[in-house]
Amino acid sequence: MNRAGQGRVVRVNGPLVEVEGLAAAAVAEVVEVGPQHLPGEVVASGEGRVTAQVYEYTGGLRVGDPVVGRGRPLSARLGPGLLGGVFDGLLRPLAGRPHWLGPGALARPPGGAAFHFLPGARAGGDAGVGTLLGTVPTPSGVDHRVLTPPGVAGRLEWVAHEAEVGEDEPVAVVGGRPVAVTEEWPVRTPRPARARLDLSAPLLTGQRVVDLLYPVAKGATAAVPGGFGTGKTVLLQQLVKWCSADVVIFVGCGERGNELADALADLGGLEDPRNGRSLLERTVVIANTSNMPVMAREASIYTGMTVAELYRDMGYDAVLLADSTSRWAEALREFSSRSGQLPAEEGYPAGLASALAAFYERAGRVETLGGAEGSVTAIGAVSPPGGDMTEPVTAHTERFVRCLWSLDRNLAYARHYPAVTWQRSFSRDAGPIGEWHAASGRTAWGRDRERAVALLAEADRLAPMVELVGLQALPDRERVTLLAGRLLREAVLQQSALSPNDASCGPAKQDALLQMVLAVLDRCLQLVAGGVPASVLEEADLSGLTRVRDEVPADDAGGVRERLVQALASLESLAAPEGSRGGSPAAPEGSR
Amino acid sequence: MNRAGRSLARIPVEYRGAREARGPLLVVEGVAGVGYDELAGVRLPSGERRRALVLEVRDDLAVVQVLEGTAGIDPATVAVAFEGRPLEVPVGQGWLGRVWDGMGRPLDGGPPMLGADTRPVAGSPLNPAVREVPRDPILTGISVIDALTTLVRGQKLPVFSSAGLPHLELAAQIAAQATAGGDPFKVVVAAMGLTHPDAATLRAALEGRAEAGELALFLDTADDPVVQRVLAPRVALTVAEHLAFDLGQHVLVVLADMTNYCEAVREVSAARGEIPGRRAYPGYLYSDLASLYERCGRVRGCAGSVTQVPVLTMPAGDITHPVPDLTGYITEGQILLSAELHGEGVDPPVDVLGSLSRLMRKGAGEGRTRSDHPAIAAQLVASLAHARQVRDLAELIGEPALTDTDRRYLAFADAFHATLVRQRSDESRSLEDTLGRAWRVAAELPRRELTMLPAEEVAAHYPDGGPGG
Ligand SMILES: Nc1ncnc2c1ncn2[C@@H]1O[C@H](COP(=O)(O)OP(=O)(O)O)[C@@H](O)[C@H]1O
Ligand SMILES: [Mg+2]
Repeated sequence: MNRAGQGRVVRVNGPLVEVEGLAAAAVAEVVEVGPQHLPGEVVASGEGRVTAQVYEYTGGLRVGDPVVGRGRPLSARLGPGLLGGVFDGLLRPLAGRPHWLGPGALARPPGGAAFHFLPGARAGGDAGVGTLLGTVPTPSGVDHRVLTPPGVAGRLEWVAHEAEVGEDEPVAVVGGRPVAVTEEWPVRTPRPARARLDLSAPLLTGQRVVDLLYPVAKGATAAVPGGFGTGKTVLLQQLVKWCSADVVIFVGCGERGNELADALADLGGLEDPRNGRSLLERTVVIANTSNMPVMAREASIYTGMTVAELYRDMGYDAVLLADSTSRWAEALREFSSRSGQLPAEEGYPAGLASALAAFYERAGRVETLGGAEGSVTAIGAVSPPGGDMTEPVTAHTERFVRCLWSLDRNLAYARHYPAVTWQRSFSRDAGPIGEWHAASGRTAWGRDRERAVALLAEADRLAPMVELVGLQALPDRERVTLLAGRLLREAVLQQSALSPNDASCGPAKQDALLQMVLAVLDRCLQLVAGGVPASVLEEADLSGLTRVRDEVPADDAGGVRERLVQALASLESLAAPEGSRGGSPAAPEGSR
Repeated sequence: MNRAGRSLARIPVEYRGAREARGPLLVVEGVAGVGYDELAGVRLPSGERRRALVLEVRDDLAVVQVLEGTAGIDPATVAVAFEGRPLEVPVGQGWLGRVWDGMGRPLDGGPPMLGADTRPVAGSPLNPAVREVPRDPILTGISVIDALTTLVRGQKLPVFSSAGLPHLELAAQIAAQATAGGDPFKVVVAAMGLTHPDAATLRAALEGRAEAGELALFLDTADDPVVQRVLAPRVALTVAEHLAFDLGQHVLVVLADMTNYCEAVREVSAARGEIPGRRAYPGYLYSDLASLYERCGRVRGCAGSVTQVPVLTMPAGDITHPVPDLTGYITEGQILLSAELHGEGVDPPVDVLGSLSRLMRKGAGEGRTRSDHPAIAAQLVASLAHARQVRDLAELIGEPALTDTDRRYLAFADAFHATLVRQRSDESRSLEDTLGRAWRVAAELPRRELTMLPAEEVAAHYPDGGPGG
């Protein structure tokens, strides 16, 4: 349906270009602007004038320059070359481009890449949408599965033999239509699935505060709001590295170039614990840094989501991480203010909330059109201006996500990392995830979690009382609660992304650390009930418990338990230096 | 390096008379073939020539911002010619050892900068895929910075300050003392909207660098036209990028004061009648600031680096004000100055808890500074955070009600400020000296409180003569 008309530029204001003479241009249609064929997209159309957002720097563009409509929506090329690659917001590879990025056209240079195709079906049968036609194996083990794409169905007339094939070379013919290893998909349209499935299996992240307190299910959504420097990017990058997904798509949306370089270098140097391959090989990086063209930033989260859905449709668990969704929203705002649109809340366009909701709705665990099971988990950082959590992007996002990991400036100031605050975070899937853990043998998970949450809340309730009346004035039981609360925060929740042993923590060590604190709490409560003054326990050297997270390997639950035994022993000896304190609460100090 | 751009230079047509002059803007009517963001020449009847940049083209109108301002311009009598190319400046070593205005014209009586090699001042985004991770320290000789917020080559680390604090002195001290492990080191300063006394302070503090031919100083003072203020950092960064990425040198760029810069951007935006955003700054301020701050880093296969130390004053000391807020979202940490500390006589008044160098973890430690550095830094900051809580508590319940351990924290905080933070503005301390001080401060706490320090490091560095624990 190529309606290609030719129009001419009548206005240029940054990325906003107005065009006259483009007959019947539809909203969301791709246009090519000016002599350099800058890619753009129609965002409004009417009364003979079309407004387009241009995805490249528009310097030098003149009134009168030609504009051509491409008659199709903005689409991404989806093929086997994605894993391990770095792309811009329009999914154009950055690898082959110059050091200093000038404007580029949309069309990719014809890909010289060849892929090894292995047939997975035999000609003759029926090949409905989603049928596996063949695979392109990859070193990471995440084979690229070539499926009958949406919109194509019928008899499988031909399948190629095992061969090296080009990106666009047909490898099968279905219902008279050729199918290649690469397909195109309009990025703003969700890819279809057969059915949505319940959420229950957790996405393990290796981050204790997430996995133990605010777990996220495969196919769910999470948001990470926090002021600058509170640790959004570090947390997201920890997930890129350690989460239990098959494929991770990281979208650097309007953020720093150095961070991307850092992430890429790290990923290249880290091994996937499951297969010993470089973690980069399971990752797709989309990089549209803050100084790159602003509207390509707007497109980047849709491009990333489309890539995640592609892998979901192949039957994989994909995770999309977007840092930061606020930059995407600001791109919308920047553009709408240039076009003179009437602003809604804080200058954002009125469609902000529905656009956010629609974005997060593309996450999910599904039965694919081919009958497989796959998921997209979507996790977005949110950067509230001035740290104000009531601002529109934060306030709307909170309503649409299943998990909220709020980062707190005070925790970050005190270098409590990750600075996820228990006062403003939630997981709406903790119930089903608890059942899932119980069914797979982690039976204490739900109970321990409840106790941890209660302990944090109780310690927070007591903290202001200490400020009012002093610690000495509190009953011993409450002093022990405060002691255990601090231990829970320091020994369990704090987790340095830089720690060689602790950057990622396995489930067994996670449970052991939490149970260690709960055991110390229980024993201390018994001791004070038995007459040992809390002040004695407070002066105990428990630093061994706080250090153990960094001192034993990621899976070493035994090492943690040893430390607990030592700590309990030292508590006993403190409580009864000469074995005389015994269980007798009445024993006077002087009797020693 | 080759930067793409359309340079279909043509013989400029001169348009006589503009429709309107509004603030720094001119609206020129009846034009054809004018490109967005291209350079224009404005000729006054007196023969004076000014330069201008195209901000918008619409039908037969072009809106341009005049770099030298519109003062003295009668729109009806000017002639405007469009050049068909972006604004460019010459690049090269010739900028060093000299003082220029915000647009690169000599202020020191010397000859203008000439050169066949030019670059557009707007720059081009660096392909993120060719960036190299910043990982080598720049030592500033300032203990609190080197120890706790280490500056890294290729980083952007701003100073957040308030009116009346010695931020310019601190920035000047950084610029004067900074070294990159014996490699040649250059400093480019863009002063934006500074008062004449402040500009003089800056010049005096950097005299040594200037004499050594290591400094290019671009001075835009408060009485200069506002558009020049928008341009000065771009000129400075264009010069710096060439020194770094074409000539392979380490370059430190100081941008002061970014709040003045943002006000200039706001003024231009208001003159254009744009829809104002937070505090009337335009909605594109984040992207605009990013187009400056992201012009730093390291590039694969290239020895040089651009490091930025932007300086800004937070209006009314408010860190949530859009200028510090947006800056903090783009830069890689911040050095926060505190009026309270300054009042207590702690200079430089760095508020360590509000300060952070995000790249420090790459640039400090084994093989970069010293193996114990990251852990002792983390420990001092965490302990200081606790000490602050203790101090708040002591104010509520009185010092006698504190536990012994808590009293040790108060002593620790005092030692921290006296021994580590306080430093003369002409004093440069070695890394050994700085880290030695850090350990002496840590020794104010009992050993069992030092939970962030690996046991081996405590054994190796904890001074035995200290109060012990
Ligand atoms: N889990 C963590 N472990 C260690 N350091 C952390 C952690 N999270 C954050 N940090 C520290 O905080 C700094 C800022 O974190 P970052 O993720 O860049 O913040 P944001 O993206 O919210 O602005 C990092 O450079 C690092 O020093
Ligand atoms: Mg970040």
